[in-house]
Amino acid sequence: MLHEYLLYTEAGMSALSVDLQLQQGSLCLCAKFEVQNGSVTALFGRSGSGKTTLLRCLAGLQRFHRGSLICHGEVWQDHQRFVPPHQRAIGYVFQEASLFEHLNIEKNLAYGFNRIPTSQRRIQFDEAVHWMELAPFLQKRPGQLSGGQRQRVAIARALLTSPRLLLMDEPLSSLDHQGKQEILTYLERVLGQLGIPVIFVSHSPQEVIRLAQDMVLLENGTMIANGPLNTLLTQPDLPLAHFEEAMSVIHTRVLGHDDHYHQTWLKVPGGKIAVPQKPYPEGSPMRVAIQARDVSLALTPPTQSSLSTILPVTLIDIHADRDPSQVLVRLDLEGTTLLSRITRRSADQLGLTAGLALYAQVKSVALIE
Amino acid sequence: MTLPTEAFLSPQDWQAVALTAKLALTSTLALLLLAVPLAWWLTSSLRWYKSIISALVSLPLILPPTVLGFYLLVLLGPEGIIGENMLALGLNTLPFTFEGLVIASMLYSLPFAVQPLQSAFESLGKRPAEVAATLRAGPVDRFFTVILPLVRPAFASAAILTFAHTIGEFGVVLMMGGNIPGETRVLSIAIYDHVEATEFAQANHLALLMLLFSFSILLLVRLVNGRQPGVNAS
Repeated sequence: MLHEYLLYTEAGMSALSVDLQLQQGSLCLCAKFEVQNGSVTALFGRSGSGKTTLLRCLAGLQRFHRGSLICHGEVWQDHQRFVPPHQRAIGYVFQEASLFEHLNIEKNLAYGFNRIPTSQRRIQFDEAVHWMELAPFLQKRPGQLSGGQRQRVAIARALLTSPRLLLMDEPLSSLDHQGKQEILTYLERVLGQLGIPVIFVSHSPQEVIRLAQDMVLLENGTMIANGPLNTLLTQPDLPLAHFEEAMSVIHTRVLGHDDHYHQTWLKVPGGKIAVPQKPYPEGSPMRVAIQARDVSLALTPPTQSSLSTILPVTLIDIHADRDPSQVLVRLDLEGTTLLSRITRRSADQLGLTAGLALYAQVKSVALIE
Repeated sequence: MTLPTEAFLSPQDWQAVALTAKLALTSTLALLLLAVPLAWWLTSSLRWYKSIISALVSLPLILPPTVLGFYLLVLLGPEGIIGENMLALGLNTLPFTFEGLVIASMLYSLPFAVQPLQSAFESLGKRPAEVAATLRAGPVDRFFTVILPLVRPAFASAAILTFAHTIGEFGVVLMMGGNIPGETRVLSIAIYDHVEATEFAQANHLALLMLLFSFSILLLVRLVNGRQPGVNAS
């Protein structure tokens, strides 16, 4: 009784609480993390690291051997209970759209929707059709749609079950570049509004930084880290910081627009940066990605330079990088960590030591939108 | 050989044709009811004895029909285990009755009904059922609303093949049913009788009918399988 009560209150703090272990062939899956309502979490790792298996365990498509899974205070699996997938309030988007070929688009969408009692429907049929812009396709057969359109149907179909947890297994991997961009745009528009936890599997850093705020990192089945996106991106003992495209993701706000130079100013900790003009009103939140190789360092503020973005930073520490001629420098930007990749020679010439005040020159900034 | 002077088929032969059609239809419908759950079980079960059941289902493919008929006769006859019990329950024994023939035909055609369905279930894979489960459909619900509609073409081939195969059965009928007009005297038996009586013209008429029928059936199966929407669900 006490045990149950503890589980309940513990789960009451987070929307989903995962603590599971599973042995499947050579894969030994082990993960423990919690996610909050309205958060978008990426399950990130190489192929074969157990991402899909973990997601299937959350959905109940697969059982794990030890541990517990609690969603909104409801035990979905523990040592004595197992709730089958059709009784879990989940939305699941498979890697391929997996539409029912014997039904037209409208009936595909209605399949899950019709099985939800009217009183429990939080997402209405027309709403999902509108979000994914599916009105022109309702009477078509799945075979008549492009890959991107099919995946939009699959996402809308999952949302129409009014899930309390949305799970997506590499929803973009079967699509070409154009299809990916299309779906990313739709997902970004919808995910934030849902107010439910979203967990998606990905092995693409580009997808992760566009959609996720949090990340769960898997390596050979074991969860090696979980937490806010930028913390994990810039953590030197994790592989992400040593990727060729190692980067930091920084939260900014639109400061204003410069119509003469066609630029938009963004407020970042410690300064401001200019990006090509965007039609967003002042104050709108924006996220930017700054690649480590695009950040160079100077001891004094450079005056004559074509680089307009210069931010005052404090050096946190220096780490060896994969390439022995280079080092990875972590910089503190008023609480936000920024990565810089410079040559070992430059680091020595500048006499870099922890706590040193520096100027980071940012060559380019990518808006995440 | 005398030229036929009477009608193309005699009333007795028409009776055999009608009986054969009735037998094939009854057996097909009854067999599909049995084959669907059996094929589904063979596809999804992980039990150790699955291979044994699977082999038993395929047995009629290679077993001489007379052997099958013989054992059925022994089992269902008044001395057999099943026959004895049926008598004890106040029922008639099944050999030499139409019902007995239906049972025999079902066993005889079992692989023809189970195999197309089983391979369709297998090629469908788990995905459609999993998708349906994540859309809140329970096991029975998803079987009827997703699995069965997606294997509809296989359903049609199973029905057609069973029907055709039953039309042509001979050895099992001879063993189990004998040659009772209107009750168990089916087409193949009638042909055999005509040949025995050297009535080659009548035998030829019935045989020709069978030949055309069998060819049309196979053509139909080809056409049905030619257009298969839905099986490659992705």
